[in-house]
Amino acid sequence: MNYKNLTKIATNALKRNKFRAILTMLGIIIGVGSVIGMLSIGEGSKKSIQEEMSDMGTNMIMIRPGTERRGGVMMGNSDTESLQISDIEAIKKEAVNISAVSPQVSSSGQAVNGNKNWPTSIYGVNANYLDIRKYEIEDGRIFTEREIKSLAKVCLVGQTVVENLFEDNVDPVGQTIRFKGIPLKIIGVLKEKGENGMGMDQDDMLIAPYTSVQRRMLAITHIQSIYASAVSEEKSDVAIDEIETILRREHKLRESEADDFQVRSQAEMVETFSSISDMLTMLLGAIAGISLLVGGIGIMNIMYVSVTERTKEIGLRMSVGGRGIDILAQFLIEAVLLSIVGGIIGIIFGLLISYVATTLLNFPMVIMTQAIAVSFLVCSVIGIFFGWYPARKAAGLNPIDALRHE
Amino acid sequence: MKKAIIKVKELRKDYHVGEMIVHALRGIDLEIFEGDFAAIMGASGSGKSTMLNILGCLDKPTDGDYLLDGVNMGKLNKNQLAALRNNKLGFIFQSYNLLPRTTALENVELPLYYNSKVKAKERRERAKHALKQVGLSDRMDHMPNQLSGGQQQRVAIARSLVNDPVVILADEATGNLDTRTSYEIMELFQKLNNDGKTIVFVTHEADIARFMKRNVIFRDGRIQKENDVTDRFNASELIEALPVEEEFAS
Repeated sequence: MNYKNLTKIATNALKRNKFRAILTMLGIIIGVGSVIGMLSIGEGSKKSIQEEMSDMGTNMIMIRPGTERRGGVMMGNSDTESLQISDIEAIKKEAVNISAVSPQVSSSGQAVNGNKNWPTSIYGVNANYLDIRKYEIEDGRIFTEREIKSLAKVCLVGQTVVENLFEDNVDPVGQTIRFKGIPLKIIGVLKEKGENGMGMDQDDMLIAPYTSVQRRMLAITHIQSIYASAVSEEKSDVAIDEIETILRREHKLRESEADDFQVRSQAEMVETFSSISDMLTMLLGAIAGISLLVGGIGIMNIMYVSVTERTKEIGLRMSVGGRGIDILAQFLIEAVLLSIVGGIIGIIFGLLISYVATTLLNFPMVIMTQAIAVSFLVCSVIGIFFGWYPARKAAGLNPIDALRHE
Repeated sequence: MKKAIIKVKELRKDYHVGEMIVHALRGIDLEIFEGDFAAIMGASGSGKSTMLNILGCLDKPTDGDYLLDGVNMGKLNKNQLAALRNNKLGFIFQSYNLLPRTTALENVELPLYYNSKVKAKERRERAKHALKQVGLSDRMDHMPNQLSGGQQQRVAIARSLVNDPVVILADEATGNLDTRTSYEIMELFQKLNNDGKTIVFVTHEADIARFMKRNVIFRDGRIQKENDVTDRFNASELIEALPVEEEFAS
C-alpha cells in the first residue's frame, strides 16, 4: 500500500469538505478543551486552598481545652481550665517532634491612641508564636524572656491596627497605646499577612507577653490554648501522639477518662479542605468527560453519515482501481487527522480556558499533564474507532452498488 | 491476425432476487480486437449493463470465461481485480462521476493515485497530457461545477485515458448531453480510436451506435445480432452540417 498517496487522497478529501472537517473537529475541540480546562480549574482551586493553608503553617498544631464534666454538667470548652503553663514546659522538654511551642491567651477590646480607637483582639503569647503562626516583624523587635517574666506592658501591632490608630507619617514603634485601660508600649510592627482562607483579617491584632494578658487583663492562671510546630509536616501525626501522651500524664488522667483537651493539626485541616476540592474536581471532570463523550458521538455521527453520503465517491474510487483496503485506509487517515488536529486545537483551547479562568479567579494555573494525555487519548480512540467502523463498511461495498447509489 | 483484447466464452450471469433466479446473461461469446470500436446495444433489461460490469471487472460471471488482455479474470481475487481495473481499464459513465470541488486536473489524476509505481511528478504530467488530448488544456484548474456537461465528460474521458488502458469502457457516455455536444464527444472518441484506442461503448441509441465500427445487439441475455457498420457516421462532418447557431428566439 502506498501511504504517501493515501495520505494525499485523505487530505484532499478533507480540503474538499472543510466545513464538515471543522464541524467534526469541533466536538473533539470542545471535549478535550473542557476536560483540560475543568480539571485545571478544580486542581487550581485545591492548590490555592493548600497554599493559603500552608501560609498559616502546615506543621502547626493547635491544642485547646476539651469538654469536661463537672458534677454531671458538661462544660463548654472555653469554660474549662485544663491547660496550664506547666503543660507547655513539659511539651518543650519532652516532645522530640515539636520544634516550637507557645501558649495563647486572648482578649478583645478597644485599642485607644489619643482621639482614635479601634476594636481589636490582643493575643498573649511567647516569642515562638511568630514562627509557629508564620508572622514576621516589619519594624522593631519581639519581646524578651525578661519582659515575659516581668509582665511588661509592651506589645506588637498588626497593620490594620496601625492604619486605624496612627496617621500615615507617624512611626508607631515607641508610641504608647491603651488597651482595656492598660498602657502598652509598641515595640514592634508585624508585616502584613492579609486575609486567611476563611476571610478573617490576620492583621487586626495585638501581640503581648502572655503573662501580661493573663494577669493584667484576664486575671487568670490557666491558658486558653497552645500552639506548637511539628518539626515537619510529615511528623505532625507523631507529634500529636506525643503531645497527647504528655498532656494525659500531666493532667493525671486515668485510663478510663477521656481527654480534657483537643489536639488538631493544620495538616488535618488541609486534608479536609483538599477532599472538598477533590470532590469539586471530580464533579467538573465528570461534566467534562460527558462533553468529551458527546464530542466523540459527534465524530461518530459525522464519520458515519459521510461514508453513506460519499458512497458514490467510494464506487468511483473502486472503479478506477482503489482496493477495499485503500478505501479503508483513506477514511481511517481522515479520522486520525481530524482527531489529532482537533485534539491539538482542543489542548490549546483547554490551556486557554484554564489560563483565563485561573487569572480571573486568582488561582495558581495548574497544567495537568495526565488530563491532557487522557483526554487526547480518549478522543483519538473515539475518533479512530468511529472512523474505522464506517470505513470498514465502505471498504466492503460492492463497486457496482456503490456507483449506483444516489 | 488481430490481437483479441477481450475474449468472452459461454459467459453466464445469474442474480438471485428472493426465491427467483434472474438469468441476466445466458451464454455470451464475444471477442473485441485491438483497435476495435464496438457498440453494445439493446433495450433495458437486455443484459448490456451486466455485460459492461463484467467486462469492467466490477462484477464476476456465474459461469464462463473472460480473458482481458490474456488474463483470465475469473481466477482473480478482489484486490487483483482492482489492480486490473487500475492498469488495463478506463471507465466513462453517463453521469461523469467527477469528484466535486476538485479541479479537472486532480480528477484526471485520480486513477494514478492508486498506482504506487507512478510518482507525483509523472502523475501530474500524465494528467496534463490526457487533458490536452481531450482539448481541455485551458480548463485544468476548473472545478466540475464551472464546466459544461460536455466539458465534464471530456474530463471523465481524460481520466479514463490517463492510465493508458488496453480498452475504454463507456456506459451511455452521451446519455446526458444534447445533440451537438454528443457529436463532439463522438468526434473525440473517433479520434481516439483512430489513434489506436480500443473502445467498447454501451448505448441504446441507434444513431450514436452508427459512429462505431461494429454493433453488438443484446436481447434477453443473448447476442441477437452482430454486424460491422457499413454506413458509418463521421462526427466531424455531422457537426459541420449542424446549424451554426441554434435559434431560441420565438
